[in-house]
Amino acid sequence: MTTVAIVAAAAGCYLFKLLGLSVPESVLDRPVVRATAIALPVALLAALAAVQTFASGEALVLDARAAGVVAAVVALLLRAPFLVVVGVAAVTAAALRALGVA
Amino acid sequence: MRRTRASPATPQWARRRRGVVRDAVGVGVATGAYGLSFGAIGAAAGLTVAQTCATSVLIFTGASQFALVGVLAAGGTPAAAALTATLLGTRNALYGLRLSSLLQLRGTSRLVGAQLVIDESTAMALAHEDDPLARRLAFWSTGLAVFVLWNLATLGGALAGTALGDPETFGLDAAVPAAFLALLWPRLTDRRARVVALGAAGVALLLTPVAPAGVPVMAAALVAVGAGMVWRDALTGSATDERGPP
Repeated sequence: MTTVAIVAAAAGCYLFKLLGLSVPESVLDRPVVRATAIALPVALLAALAAVQTFASGEALVLDARAAGVVAAVVALLLRAPFLVVVGVAAVTAAALRALGVA
Repeated sequence: MRRTRASPATPQWARRRRGVVRDAVGVGVATGAYGLSFGAIGAAAGLTVAQTCATSVLIFTGASQFALVGVLAAGGTPAAAALTATLLGTRNALYGLRLSSLLQLRGTSRLVGAQLVIDESTAMALAHEDDPLARRLAFWSTGLAVFVLWNLATLGGALAGTALGDPETFGLDAAVPAAFLALLWPRLTDRRARVVALGAAGVALLLTPVAPAGVPVMAAALVAVGAGMVWRDALTGSATDERGPP
């Protein structure tokens, strides 16, 4: 099932890459299309971040992941590079679990 | 914009070619950090090393890959995961649109080049758009450098992630939302983008208790469609970021 998802996503992503190279500029270069394409990654990444932080199945929970994300926000505010941001979140969550706090 | 028209025989072109290739490799190395994280997160999400590597080879666009494994790890259906990843890949169509007149790719080179249409190769081609030869070299060298290093880093991350064992012990489940937040962060410079982000996060959380896994995130895409219609002339920015993942 995972392989099906990978292949389907690869086909979809490739077709959009090829579409841009293949259609006349006037077809896609409209304000609505451009604005939606700019807003889409913002909306999807925000939704993914929120769901991955708080969702556990169908329940919303506050656990070690939320603490990790707070630490990640601090790292982002301090302009830390990507690996540090991700690492800080993981270490924070792992430490809280090891201490039995969350 | 400089208007120097380089010819392959001149010393100016030799110098410029070296500069372009050096920058391309530098950008490729920088994406390695994202590739390592992706590999580790893919392994933590339960993908095999082969599946994680196949994701980087076949999808080859970072945010879509993170989304795919994120939705699968949260119990979403393959359809929901693939659709979310594809929606995140739509921005590459806009990059292709800019590149098509710059590169004039035809036939096989268009089919191969399409896979390399990502943030980095677009940004580098645009940085050299004054010269036809330089912009082609910038696109291909950056695309190939990122492709090679992104995939090597994915393999390294996947092997390390698999060796770590239980993802929760090492907080890898917290690394996933942190990765999404770090990908989102540079796009939040505009007030309207922040409104879209908050609205989308709100919609997704509200739907989580009532909708199947994967659906809340896709529903949040509607916030983007609404924002695109309301703010069609105001939503700008989010230019290509050559320091992000592909």
